[in-house]
Amino acid sequence: MSDMTDTAGPVLAADGTPLKRSLARALRRQKMRALLLIAPLLIFILVSFILPVVDMLYRSVQNGIVSNTLPRTVEALADWDASTGELPDEVVFAAMAADLKDAAEAKIHTKVGTRLNYENPGMSSLFRKTGRKAKKFDIENGGPWKEELIDINKGWGEFDNWRTLQTYSPAITSGYFLNAVDMRVGTDGPEMRPEDEQIYMKLLGRTLWMSLAITSCCILLAYPVAWILANLPARKANMLMILVLLPFWTSLLVRTSAWKILLQQQGVINDILVYVGLVADDSRLVIINNQFGTIVAMTHILLPFMILPMYSVMQTINPSYLRAAKSLGATDWTAFWRVYFPQTVPGIGAGSILVFILAIGYYITPALVGGTKGTFISNQIAFHISTSLNWGLASALGAILLAVVLVLYWAYDKIVGIDNVKLG
Amino acid sequence: MADSASNGAFVEFDRVQKSYDGETLVVKDLNLSLPKGEFLTMLGPSGSGKTTCLMMLAGFETATHGDIRLGGTSINNIPPHKRGIGMVFQNYALFPHMTIAENLSFPLEVRKMGKTEREEKILRALDMVEMGAFGGRRPSQLSGGQQQRVALARALVFEPELVLMDEPLGALDKQLREKMQFEITNLAHNLGITTVYVTHDQTEALTMSDRVAVFDDGRIQQLDPPDTLYEAPQNSFVAQFIGENNTLEGTVKELNNGLALIQLDDGELIDAMPVHESVKAGARTRVSIRPERVEYNKDRIQEGAHTLKAEVKEFIYMGDIFRTRLSVAGNDEFVIKTRNAPDVERLKPGQQIEIGWLPQDCRALDA
Amino acid sequence: MKLTKLAALAATTALCAPAAFAEEMANEMTLVSWGGAYQSSQIKAYVEPYLALHPEVKVTWDESSAEAVAKLRAMNEAGNVTWDLVDVVASDSMRLCDEGLAVELDPATDLAAAPDGTSAEDDFGDLLVSECFAPQIVYSTTFGYRTDLVGDTAPTSVCDVFDLAAYPGKRALQKRPIDNMEWALFCDGVAKEDIYDTLGTDEGVSQALAKLDTIKDQVVWWTAGAETPQLLADGEVVMGSTFNGRLFSAIAEQNQPIGMLWDMQSFDLDGWIVPEGLPADRKARVMDFLKFATDTQRLADQAKYISYGPARASSAPLVGTHAELGIDMAPHMPTDPANATNVHIYDYEWWADNRDDLNAKFEAWLAK
Repeated sequence: MSDMTDTAGPVLAADGTPLKRSLARALRRQKMRALLLIAPLLIFILVSFILPVVDMLYRSVQNGIVSNTLPRTVEALADWDASTGELPDEVVFAAMAADLKDAAEAKIHTKVGTRLNYENPGMSSLFRKTGRKAKKFDIENGGPWKEELIDINKGWGEFDNWRTLQTYSPAITSGYFLNAVDMRVGTDGPEMRPEDEQIYMKLLGRTLWMSLAITSCCILLAYPVAWILANLPARKANMLMILVLLPFWTSLLVRTSAWKILLQQQGVINDILVYVGLVADDSRLVIINNQFGTIVAMTHILLPFMILPMYSVMQTINPSYLRAAKSLGATDWTAFWRVYFPQTVPGIGAGSILVFILAIGYYITPALVGGTKGTFISNQIAFHISTSLNWGLASALGAILLAVVLVLYWAYDKIVGIDNVKLG
Repeated sequence: MADSASNGAFVEFDRVQKSYDGETLVVKDLNLSLPKGEFLTMLGPSGSGKTTCLMMLAGFETATHGDIRLGGTSINNIPPHKRGIGMVFQNYALFPHMTIAENLSFPLEVRKMGKTEREEKILRALDMVEMGAFGGRRPSQLSGGQQQRVALARALVFEPELVLMDEPLGALDKQLREKMQFEITNLAHNLGITTVYVTHDQTEALTMSDRVAVFDDGRIQQLDPPDTLYEAPQNSFVAQFIGENNTLEGTVKELNNGLALIQLDDGELIDAMPVHESVKAGARTRVSIRPERVEYNKDRIQEGAHTLKAEVKEFIYMGDIFRTRLSVAGNDEFVIKTRNAPDVERLKPGQQIEIGWLPQDCRALDA
Repeated sequence: MKLTKLAALAATTALCAPAAFAEEMANEMTLVSWGGAYQSSQIKAYVEPYLALHPEVKVTWDESSAEAVAKLRAMNEAGNVTWDLVDVVASDSMRLCDEGLAVELDPATDLAAAPDGTSAEDDFGDLLVSECFAPQIVYSTTFGYRTDLVGDTAPTSVCDVFDLAAYPGKRALQKRPIDNMEWALFCDGVAKEDIYDTLGTDEGVSQALAKLDTIKDQVVWWTAGAETPQLLADGEVVMGSTFNGRLFSAIAEQNQPIGMLWDMQSFDLDGWIVPEGLPADRKARVMDFLKFATDTQRLADQAKYISYGPARASSAPLVGTHAELGIDMAPHMPTDPANATNVHIYDYEWWADNRDDLNAKFEAWLAK
């Protein structure tokens, strides 16, 4: 016992091991057990969420297909100086012929055509058409390949096609990202696309401001609803809560279609306005297939995501705060604005983050009621995923959207503080 | 009106009634007036109407009938924020998103007070509750007792003439509670403010108040200074509610020379002071005797005391006193308290003894 | 001797009774189609007769044709193809073929010859637009108009869509450049045979968009084929493009006051593809079904249930009356000579090359 008090060394546990190590060991066992318990969830999240996101991010720069499919051509093209404006020489054409033969036999020549077609329209059919004949190429004895390829398809005689091929031969490309910000690789490096092709930045801007507008509408509408819910007796509040949640039980398409019936020019709202005499029959309001329609329909769909966090935060605010404020001399408005409202900010913050993030990713509703001016960037992502199959571009757009969300999240943290978010 | 003001009444309830549902009255015909500077406690079990009265005074509830006056003017139609009444809440109700200084600044800001004046008053109020160093903290960083002091400072910082406190010490532990009781009383008296204090804790009421209003069933059962309340309860509810009390039931035989002769239910005849108006010959009554007024040491039973036989049921040694449970006149819950002294016999269960009390300590109340 | 005899026997059995190979075929098939009336017509015309011959087969349906290309690509990457036969439009079949996601078919062996002996290749003719494609129907994207909202003279030309003076009111157009750009150029005076050459230049694209600009304010853009009939029924638009089968059911089955405008109808094809990467037994079953389902009689039968033209020349004479309504179906076919006086032949190859580029320009124009 005496040595414990005498030595300045580490405190020892009963079995003589240093207490710190003993404690660490005991804690480690606990941590391992906790980790084992959540392991299935961790694995699930990793497999179903993190890996796809990483895969998506990788796709937006991945370009191995060109060098994998046309290895000899890529190697031969490395020596070609595109600035001369001359076509590559016979060596490159011969390499291309050999690559095409192999690719056509493996039936992968069209894939590389599709890839290059994103950058230069026409290359898809160039590879498809040439591929049909490439299987019969006699690499050893045929040629000269420059004449032969140009003879098969005059596309091989076009300088631009070769330049595109050279530009996109590295295994990593910035092409998708450039495309996603309305740029392209020109002869002198990256440049803006012609104005009539600039679309994504415009859509991104629109997506952001409309999502903000939707979030604001949700705040304005949800606040009083949440307040009523939080201040009603539990039984009535539960009844009303069911009404708030009811839209969740209806299909998204049904709800959106219902808005069409309400808002179209021959729809219920216009009919009523005409009947009441507020609007002339020949000048019915255009309130759908534009931004207004999108904001209305999406505000409706996302409203519960705003009400719920607000409600759960308001429920925890003791009514005595308001009484205290009033007893201290505050008017109803001052008591609300200086005492009640600041305490609901975490609920507004949580609801806003939820609604905003959901809104910028929405594409079904904007597609149905957005017309030409009310569609989002996610509509283009969906288009490239399911229709044009340009997954690289879709991934780049998605990555940009993700980056924007993270930047906004960071800004929110700086301005409001992320600890000022409460989901309940 | 005129005479109430000349009475010096500062706060006045005049035939006030309150009903929430239109069927039952929570407060029944309340009349109460207190002069400036008084510390009045409303004491009663939950549901007795005491908090409702406080809320009506603060302006958060409206009286269904009757008039509430402050400084002679009716405040029935004045909204709470214009009444200028300080209030301390049960859960302190400190605004969690403001610092302590901001909390105290709030009532001054809404009164459009200048910055330097505000800071001066805040500092003075915080110093008053010994919290001067905590101005920059948030309420969540303070202990319960510290929050309680801040709540008090906030209710006082704008110098109200009347302060209401709604069970402000309910959430504190016993030691802290006793300390705060003392501090609050001192503050109130030093500042000369009128205080209405609501509690269900009778010790708190007795130790702090100038006068205590005992509430039950929507009525004030008795309004008196603590000592009167304890020693001269006017009815059996007050006798039961304040302090420990022994009750014997019986029938009044006759009233004679200011004493009532009462036949207890087991046939025993005793003398008692006829206190309650219902004590008349032939009426049922409850006789109340405080445990410390009963003696069993033969030497100490005073002359003129009434003596009875009793059987010891239980004897508890409590240090400064002995607490003995007896069976007296058919009541097995009869308790007596005896101060620990060298000459006091320590009893054993089953022992037959004789006890005695003076008739004036024995009060005949309503049945 | 013995061996040759056996081989001959086996060959004859194979020819006479394909069922002899049944044990090598999987007994389950997942077919992918569009749902709705079109899928029902496939069930009645192809699947029910096939199941009558092969009661051991179990067929599952998946209504995913709209996103078939993306899903097939995802399945292929995951190495788990769960579909056996997929109904897609011609342009999708080309893309699937390009991507190596669909099996190349040999019309001589994989598709049945016509009853008169014409080879499948000749019977389908130009409609075999891709090596992987087994065409079923010819449909068209064309216009319908509200007979009661267009005044005394009904529209007769696709250019009436661009004539706001004669036909005021809103029009419904599909939200994509395909067809709309061609119609715009045609109505701006470009000869039909020059349309794609013109569209291949920046000036041509600007010309087409400028023509569309003249009606842009009056256009409701649709994304699902069901929208136009609904918009017409509600009176939201006076005319609109959609698939001819949708208009047929609005007119013939729901008796809506809608007229057909066949001028410059844009032909398109719908057909089967077989996904790449099927196990042998499943592939054997699906090839057997495919041969059956695309024979002359089956394609002609389908027209009893829906107003889309059979993709085989030899099926046309066999088209009869609607199975429930008893209407003679021939006049409702996009391929009927009376309807096909001026048709627009949609160039798959050209669009495969230029779709992404034009889509960006079209979307940018829309957003302007």
